[in-house]
Amino acid sequence: MQATSRNFAANSRVGLANENLQQALDIMTQRGFPLRRREVVARLPEFEALRERGREIKDHTLAHLDFYLELYEENVVAAGGEVHWARTPEEACQVVLEICRAAGARTVTKGKSMIAEEIGLNDFLEKSGIAPIETDLGEYIIQLRHEPPSHLIAPAMHLVKEQVADTFRAAHRTLDPRRPLIEARELCDEARALLRPQFLAADVGITGANFLVAETGSSIIVTNEGNGDLTQTLPRVHIVLASLEKLVPTFEDAATLLRLLARSATGQEFSSYMTASTGPRRPGDLDGPEAYHVILLDNGRSQMLGGEFADMLRCIRCGACMNHCPVYAAVGGHAYGWVYPGPMGAVLTPSLIGIKEAASLPNASTLCGRCESVCPVKIPLPKMLRHWREREFAQKLAPRVWRNGLSLWAWVAQRPALYHALAGIVSRVLGWAGGPRGRFRSLPFAAGWTGVRDMPAPEGRSFHSLWAERAKTAGRG
Amino acid sequence: MNRSREVILAAVRRSLNRGPLGAEREAELRDQIAAHRRNLVPARATSLDHLAQVELFIAMAEAAQATVARVPALADVPETVTRYLASENLPAELVIAPDSSLDDIPWTTRPLLRIRRGRAGKADAVSLTPCFAAIAETGTLMLVSGAHTPTTLNFLPDTHIILVHADQVVATYEDGWDRLREAIHWNATGASELPRTVNFITGPSRTGDIEQRIVLGAHGPRRLHILVVEDRRAGDHGENGG
Repeated sequence: MQATSRNFAANSRVGLANENLQQALDIMTQRGFPLRRREVVARLPEFEALRERGREIKDHTLAHLDFYLELYEENVVAAGGEVHWARTPEEACQVVLEICRAAGARTVTKGKSMIAEEIGLNDFLEKSGIAPIETDLGEYIIQLRHEPPSHLIAPAMHLVKEQVADTFRAAHRTLDPRRPLIEARELCDEARALLRPQFLAADVGITGANFLVAETGSSIIVTNEGNGDLTQTLPRVHIVLASLEKLVPTFEDAATLLRLLARSATGQEFSSYMTASTGPRRPGDLDGPEAYHVILLDNGRSQMLGGEFADMLRCIRCGACMNHCPVYAAVGGHAYGWVYPGPMGAVLTPSLIGIKEAASLPNASTLCGRCESVCPVKIPLPKMLRHWREREFAQKLAPRVWRNGLSLWAWVAQRPALYHALAGIVSRVLGWAGGPRGRFRSLPFAAGWTGVRDMPAPEGRSFHSLWAERAKTAGRG
Repeated sequence: MNRSREVILAAVRRSLNRGPLGAEREAELRDQIAAHRRNLVPARATSLDHLAQVELFIAMAEAAQATVARVPALADVPETVTRYLASENLPAELVIAPDSSLDDIPWTTRPLLRIRRGRAGKADAVSLTPCFAAIAETGTLMLVSGAHTPTTLNFLPDTHIILVHADQVVATYEDGWDRLREAIHWNATGASELPRTVNFITGPSRTGDIEQRIVLGAHGPRRLHILVVEDRRAGDHGENGG
């Protein structure tokens, strides 16, 4: 998809003005994921220690990624499957198409896959005459609306149920127009009934992978709906789309990360379905696909290894960082302008599509640190956002006014005596000008702030001067 | 895409600032895998004796919206199933996994129940399957695919009934994988002995995709009913089914 990440500020204004989005975001932040996560984490005393283990497992795997990739491939082949390596989205799409053509496929069902979003698979397949059908309820809704996902695990979280009802009425023309579509239950049942024949008719099923187990060549998917399992059980061919960093050595390692995943994502003890698939149907099996393919996508990840953004490769795509992000909660996922929203998206997107295309994303953060504090694999997201800001500055991608302002500030800040003198003058002047109210309704050069709220005036003396005075007093005492 | 494979592996090694690991280090990593060392395992289930683990399994499964019935022996299963179907207003019709572990259930005591054995089709409303293990820590059932345990039974019908013998209850996911390795002689013969599919099932299908409201029965079963058969206790290791 065409990225609009550079327009984060303009996208945000659209999000802030969208009342449905604001209502949906309130529902999520007030009675949704963060609350449920807090409750379920409180019930597992080992949770913090598990985060540390999760980090270690991912770091170990990434440090030996070549070995685990080759071992994984060896075991997929031993189980009767095939592995295809793809450097770019184009290569990955092409492999999918070749497999579909060889299978004579006309319809393809899909479980939720962020890699499919990343490579723009649906558009590509449609242009090639193959109809992809999304089966995850949220993905199905946004496919009907021709929208990208707005959240890692709840792709339609930007909508309220009335919008979903309108979408269904417009798309499902054969159904009685007077049918009630008020509750989530009715909407869910309608999608279930319409998608069931599609599951049974599809020639190829495509799923993502939450983990790839090197030891056995297994792919693991986690779902609550069971759509992923119908997608990979019923068609003749199963294709797994996964990026390189999904590898883990063993099922023991997967077990540790799975203990973190559902709790961090939806606040469940465990998702309804965790499925490990290894190769195609065995002799004597009564069901399951006859062919099993894995497409391993690089798309920039091999370059991230060993660099300052390598920690991002630990990400297990739980969405906790965006669930707890004050910026995401204000503007929603579409403002980020590409596939991955929220703090993880603000770090990952520049790595995948380039800082030039994603220049404003590293600024889509207050650096408050909540994302890092809930990350199940302890990714230092604020630190990496700062790295991107430095690059954005160095590559002159930020607006000239910012850059000049920052340069001026840096010049002054490197001269402590001048800095303290100026800070003292500025805070005394502002403190005096603030008057008895102690606030400004408007200030020159600060309309961005005072346009929406008052600016508090400094109290007249700087922290440094108070500190110095205190030190002097303490020295006397 | 052979070229892509080489390019990607070379790029990975370049970023890691080294060449291939070398035989010695690879052998070490393979030994680490074969050791199946556990990471930190929560004490929630491991600190309990087996009776308490069965209780925890039931409590956790119910917390995940499964329903549970305890039955003294396989001979009581037909009556319990009949009563369950009636209470849920479901047809007295079942598709059952063609697995030998279910052969001893005396269905003839309930002649009105219509029984078919095989994989599930689109018309099947209720299935009954064995499980491979039941995991206490989160009330999770572990099922494996095979010639006698087709996967469609777990996902197509609206109602899935799973039979668990009390001695199949284990504490953790790791215990489940250990049991599977024992059952398929994993270490001796390699990974290809692994069943095509291993399903961990915790409660019925659900979605929260519309306004974060949990709705049961998104695409998989709307109801998950667990029969805990108390005839076999931990220690009497029997055939696990599947």
